[in-house]
Formats: sequence, C-alpha cells, structure tokens
Amino acid sequence: MLQIRIHGRGGQGVVTATELLSVAAFEQGRHAQAFPSFGSERTGAPVVAFCRISDQEIRLREPILAPDVLIVQDPTLLHQVDVFQGLQPDGYVLINSKRSFDELGVGDIAQRFRRERLTTVPATEIALKHLGRPLPNAVLLGGFAALSGLITLEAVSHAIRDKFSGKVADGNIAAAAEAYEYIQREMEELKHAQAN
Amino acid sequence: MLKQIEGSQAVAEAVALCRPEVICAYPISPQTHIVEGLGERVKDGSLENCEFINVESEFAAMSVAIGSSAAGARTYTATASQGLLFMAEAVYNASGLGLPIVMTVANRAIGAPINIWNDHSDSMSQRDCGWIQLFAAHNQEALDLHIQAFRLAEELSMPVMVCMDGFILTHAYERVDMPTQAQVDAFLPPYEPRQVLDVKEPVSIGAMVGPEAFMEVRYLAHAKQLMALERIPELAQEFASVFGRTTGGLVRAYKTEDAETIVVALGSVIGTIKDTIDEMRNDGIKIGVLGIHSFRPFPLAAVREALQHAKRIVVLEKSFSVGLGGVVSNDVRLALHRLGQLGYTVIAGLGGRAITKASLHRTLRDAIADKLEPLTFMDLDWRIVNRQLEREAQMRRSGPIAENLLRDVGTVSSKVS
Repeated sequence: MLQIRIHGRGGQGVVTATELLSVAAFEQGRHAQAFPSFGSERTGAPVVAFCRISDQEIRLREPILAPDVLIVQDPTLLHQVDVFQGLQPDGYVLINSKRSFDELGVGDIAQRFRRERLTTVPATEIALKHLGRPLPNAVLLGGFAALSGLITLEAVSHAIRDKFSGKVADGNIAAAAEAYEYIQREMEELKHAQAN
Repeated sequence: MLKQIEGSQAVAEAVALCRPEVICAYPISPQTHIVEGLGERVKDGSLENCEFINVESEFAAMSVAIGSSAAGARTYTATASQGLLFMAEAVYNASGLGLPIVMTVANRAIGAPINIWNDHSDSMSQRDCGWIQLFAAHNQEALDLHIQAFRLAEELSMPVMVCMDGFILTHAYERVDMPTQAQVDAFLPPYEPRQVLDVKEPVSIGAMVGPEAFMEVRYLAHAKQLMALERIPELAQEFASVFGRTTGGLVRAYKTEDAETIVVALGSVIGTIKDTIDEMRNDGIKIGVLGIHSFRPFPLAAVREALQHAKRIVVLEKSFSVGLGGVVSNDVRLALHRLGQLGYTVIAGLGGRAITKASLHRTLRDAIADKLEPLTFMDLDWRIVNRQLEREAQMRRSGPIAENLLRDVGTVSSKVS
C-alpha cells in the first residue's frame, strides 16, 4: 500500500489534491482512499490530507503516520510543522518551492533520504502562469507523477477533468504537464550529475 | 457502476435513486454535503417529483418530515450531533406515530466543549427513541443501507436512522459500486402508506392516549422492532441477490470461528480492527471481530451466537455513558447472560481521537494477557487529566476545564496527528 500525506495551508486545495490523486489511482484500476485531517480550518491555517493507494480493498482508517510520499504545498510550513514525521526511509518528498532543500534549510533531510526521490518544483509560479491564481495543488500532482512514476500524468489529467471543467481544468492540466516536464528535466540532470 | 466519490455524494446519489418525494433539512457538519448534493439534484431536475424544503432548524426539519410522511410522501432528512438533539422531541414523535422516515446521522460528538469530529454520542443519545438504527462500516455500506432502509421503514411503517461516521466516511473519497435506477426500482417498490392524512378521508393521527392503552402502544413499537430483527437479515439477503454484495444485516463476523478473543464494534473502525486482527493472526493469536450493523433492534440472539465460544470479549465503542462506562457493552453483556466470559469495555475515539492500529495492538494484547482494566479509555492523556484534578483540589476558582486542558496541551496545529 502506498501512503501519501499532503501538507499545505487552508485555501491551497490540499484536500482537493488528495481527492484528485485518489481519482487518478482509481482510473488506473486501483483502490484508493482520500480523506482530510478534519479540522475546522481557516484560510492560511496548516492543513493535512491523506491518500492511500492499494491493489486491495483499503480498510484502514487511521491518519497516515508513516507516509511513503510527502507533498508540501507551502514551504513556510517546513519550520512550523514537523512535516517529515514518520517518513519512510525510501520515501518521496516533493516541495513547492523555487529553492533547493539546502536553500530551504532542510539540507539534512536530503542527507537522510534517497536524493533521487527528493525534489522541489516552483508550483505556485507555474500555477500563476496557467491559472492566474496561486493554487499549487494539481500542479504538484503532475510533479509527483514525474518524480515517482507511481501514477501517470494522463491519469492526473483525467482526474482534473473529472473534478473541474472549462478553463480551470485546461489551466490545471497544462500546469500539471509543465511541472511534470520540469521535474523530468531535474531528474535527468541529477542522474548525469550522479553519473559524473 | 464503479465510482471514486466522496461518501456524502455516494449517499446523496443513493437517496436520489430511492425517489424521495420530500427532503427537508437544516445544514450541520458533517452531514451538509449529503443534503447539498440532493438539493442540487432537485434544482437541476435530475431528481424529479421531489420537493426540497429548506427549514429554519432541525426541529423544523423533523416536524416537516413528520407532516410530509403522514401525508403519504417518501421522506428523507439528515443531521448530526446537536442537530439531532435539537430535533429530539420530534424524533420520538416520528417513531411514536409509526412514520417511515429515513434519516442519515453523520455521527459526530456532542458538546460542550464544542467538537465537530466523529464519535457515536449523537445517535446513542437517541438509542431508546424507537427508530431503527443501522450502522455503516464503509461508504459502500452507507450507500446500500439507505436503499435497504427505505424498504424496511415502509414495510414496517417505522422510521430508520442510517448512522455513518462523520468525516471518516462522509468526507472520504473511496470506490463505491453505484446501483442503477432499474436495480433500485426492482428492490424498492413505490411507497404504500399504512396510514395517510387525506382530506377526502379524514383521520386523526397522534391522538392522546391515557394509561388505558399507552403501554400497549409502546409494546407494539417494541413488537415492530422484533419484526425488524427478522426482516433486516432477509432484506440484506434479498439485497445481495439483486445487487451482488453483502451489506447490512444484523451482525457480520470476521475470523471469529476459532477466536478465543472477539472484538465487538460499530461503524468504520471495524476496518482498522480487521487489519489489526490480520497482523495479530500472523503472530498466532486467535482473534476476530464482530461488527454490529443493527444497533436497534439489538440482535441479542445473533450476538450471543457469534460470541458464545470465545473466552473473552472486548467491546470497543465510540460512545460513553458518563458515570457508568460503555453503552454498547451493556447490550452485549445482556446477550451473553450466564456465559461467564471475560468482558472488557474500551472507550475509544471520542471527539475524533484517531484510533490507530498501534493503539489497538497494545490494548488488545493487554486484554489477551488479562491485564486490561474492565473499563479502559484508549489513549487517554492522564497527564492533563491529573493536572486538572490537582488544580481543582488546590483552588476553588480553578477555571473552565476545556480551556485549562487546551492550555496544558499547547498548540495542536503544529502536530501531524
């Protein structure tokens, strides 16, 4: 079972991101469960939402305490919330930022986990470009598809189309695709750097 | 058709497939998405011949439901928590009058202190109100139980409450198999009322009854519940033959056949318990779980049958009778009269406290070692409890309890769970 935890702030579409992810997994014929951390949250307050993906029926209902994947929609949370809590040793981390792990002050994380599974992507900037609004959620799912290969960009696009329509869907799909390419390039650069 | 949707949307769609004629509701979390979904269907015309009535309170919601049901309309509403308490008087009237209203309760704690999260305090507060109370373990079951509920309610002419865990189920996206309109129509015939307010044939409903017949009217309500004990499993079977899956029924057992220890639970926590049990079985522990899906009527015989060969019974419940202990536990104990088994009550998950596999392992292993207290509060933070008790012992004006505890706990927004 794959367990994904998304951290962000109220208004950034954290809950929607896990719902989209569950729909994308469903489209790929898998079982998926998405649920929020159920706070009476306000805009700007820290929010957590969860998604489980499995080939079998998912019966477990506890919050995700030991995630395989961590997506951080707002880098200002890194020094406010223990977002890395319980992260599996071979886990994936995707942070919405223009900056690197070192520049964000979480370079020690990069030491403790598998470098090729950790990356950042300027999702807010990509969202602004395609949507005109700083909504990084669907963009990061495109990035996650590239980072992990655990879901396809096509399934993410389908899920976006399932939830939204018209311009909003088009913009999010384009933004997700740009994040996908961005991270693919990053991964290739890293591969070359490691080979050298 | 398989769909990946929110629990509330799944229930809204299932209720719409039941062709309700009146939906009256007042919004309260975590139920709101269900009636919003139905309201949209009425407005866009996809749910035909249905009137959606926005009312001014939960008391009005149940009162309108009583009126429309008595006038012969298939009637639905939904509520939770304080909303259910606010409609309590009318809830008793609906069952006393024998009106087949179906209501979803999106289970949520009751204040004070105010708490929007899940436990079973709300529906348990109406345990004795004469409604049938069915509990869903997952969203497929929540969806299916509504279809079964209309059929059961109308056959017996009594109201049914479908209880589903607030947020944990109502707000969870998961896979459900949505039936077709033809399937639901085949299972649920049009509503034929046993009593109806009709200007052409005037009758009184809800007359005053004195000591000469009140007990008999009450007994007849009980007799109907006993009939429901027969009908619930039959309907679950018939449902399985039409829809191809087993949901509902009185109780459902998992790995109990050779179990020395059986956990008893209601609602969505059954899933987490099943996963825990599988892990414990891998360690050679003979343990199983019995899910109770009909809490009223309480299936004494079915519970006894399922539990009689176990050495110890652990009732894990999200409800709490202050000053006594378990609510469900008492009923289970009644079912096990004179069997002489070890019995434990575990109160867990109140006000949305997460019930984790780790805590279940710890608690159930303590039970198996017979180290568990007869009444245990799982994951209770004794540190803040004792600090408050000390405060109260030391000074008269110790201040409001909830606020004191929040100060002791510190900020919670920086924690993951």
